[in-house]
Amino acid sequence: MTLLNSHRQFSPLRLGRALSAHAVMVFAVALTLFPMVYALLVSTQTTQEYYTFPPNLLPGTGTLHNFAVAFERAALARLVFNTTLISLAVAFGKMILSVTAGFAFVYFDFRGKLVFFIVIFLTHMLPVPVRIVPTFQLMDQLGWVNTYWALTIPFFASATGTLLFRQLYMTVPASLADAARIDGAGPLQFLWNIIVPISRTNLMALFLIEFIYMWNQYLWPLIVANAETTRVIQVGLKVLIATDAAVEWNIVMAGVVVAMIPPLIVLLLTQKSLITGLSLFEEK
Amino acid sequence: MHTRFPNKFLPYILLSPSIVIVLIFFVVPSLQSIQQSVYRSNISGTRQIFVGLRNYEQLFSTPEYLNSLQVTALFALFVVGVGLALSLFIALVANQRYAGFTIYRTLLIWPYALSPNIAGVIWGLMLEPTIGMLTNAVGFVGIHLNWRGDAASALLFIAMAATWKMLGYNIIFFLAGIQGLPREILEASEVDGANQWTKFWKITFPLLSPTTFFLFIMNTLYAFFEGFGLIHVTTSGGPGYATDLMVYKLYRDGFIAMNTGFAAAQSVVLLLIVASLTFLQFRYAGRHVYYGG
Repeated sequence: MTLLNSHRQFSPLRLGRALSAHAVMVFAVALTLFPMVYALLVSTQTTQEYYTFPPNLLPGTGTLHNFAVAFERAALARLVFNTTLISLAVAFGKMILSVTAGFAFVYFDFRGKLVFFIVIFLTHMLPVPVRIVPTFQLMDQLGWVNTYWALTIPFFASATGTLLFRQLYMTVPASLADAARIDGAGPLQFLWNIIVPISRTNLMALFLIEFIYMWNQYLWPLIVANAETTRVIQVGLKVLIATDAAVEWNIVMAGVVVAMIPPLIVLLLTQKSLITGLSLFEEK
Repeated sequence: MHTRFPNKFLPYILLSPSIVIVLIFFVVPSLQSIQQSVYRSNISGTRQIFVGLRNYEQLFSTPEYLNSLQVTALFALFVVGVGLALSLFIALVANQRYAGFTIYRTLLIWPYALSPNIAGVIWGLMLEPTIGMLTNAVGFVGIHLNWRGDAASALLFIAMAATWKMLGYNIIFFLAGIQGLPREILEASEVDGANQWTKFWKITFPLLSPTTFFLFIMNTLYAFFEGFGLIHVTTSGGPGYATDLMVYKLYRDGFIAMNTGFAAAQSVVLLLIVASLTFLQFRYAGRHVYYGG
């Protein structure tokens, strides 16, 4: 394994620099990954195995027991089902509404364009705590408390996604739409046949961002859908921690591992698109 | 100028789902927050009485609320200050071209996938007063951390967990920012013989300011709005009120004490905070663009 770029000449100073850079990186990776690895390790250990000092950093023998207890105590299967369902629904809902909104802003002239744009941008400025009581009261009036509706419909609009696709479509050469019009294709055909396919990377980035965003929601699901049928995993894990007796950390960590894995898998599968997607947001 | 399709109604049809959702679930409830903040329920909860700014007066004369402002400010200071400094440093080192660094860069962004409350639970174990490995490690140098019983430890604990969770996000953006810097300028400074420290402060840091500023805004918003789950699952605002973040206090007043007018006033304070950060972002981000694109 070479520590240095091959075209550079060997020198002790450079070697020293490379080594210290590697040292910093090992520390940084340990800082970001170790807590997750530790959670995974404790989830495999029995009480005797993790209740030690210095800490036991080997896989233990309690895996099956810990996960079985966690699944039973917190009804984890239902929580995973609910959370997966709403995360997929919201990610796809946002993808569809963002593409259509971005398309409308770039390819049409219409009255009130700026106002519409500002209205969609307002979602950025109005996070849940700013409107929490009235929105809850609205859910109550609609009969949406403890239903999947409350966990999906209000999340479908996306300023992030609309900006992302508007930005992308503004860079699409005008000749594409001209060609489509000459061929007699209507706007919806153009949207489906040309625009959707060129949006693939950004759609993937948006899926990743919004799936993780929804999977990790806490406050809103807690107040509006904390019934057994609709509870999400982030909220449901509290059952494992809030015991009168001492916290059984191995059981808690089994729950944590179950809650971590789906968003991590989504991140790993689509990581490349994330970097493209996120850097677009920054520029606006 | 981009090609436009001539349709009159289609754009409205395409936009209507988004607009309807934003109006019904975002705009109207936010206006109702403002309205509710000048009302108060009578004792039986049957009637709303107009009280003008009295909810706000009461809010800013309640020690509990002033405490939650202070706790949130300290929390935000740590999350933004330590978080940005640490991730900028890591990104600068990670950006170098040595063998294996691509793998490091991939691994660094994993915490992005986690929620603040999961971060809280894991750090809660690492800092557990009796068996926590970090507690015992710093115990050797005479620092005694106990987030269940000691106010300063508790605040430090939630700030560390929240900062750790944002590292992945911050590092992605800093790396993207660094990779977008004009290479000629960075190389020219090397020819000039500027040392690393001078080069960083005189060239890299100013050139990166759009990214840093963007992350400053995002991390501040995160500190003010995303800490709820972390608190709810670990400290519940305690010990005492040591970790009673503004969002947590809002939840207690609105949904435990059912004091809607008081909660609405707190919502409006938070609205003013987002509004000023957004304003700052537009003002500043417009003026400081160092590189084209």
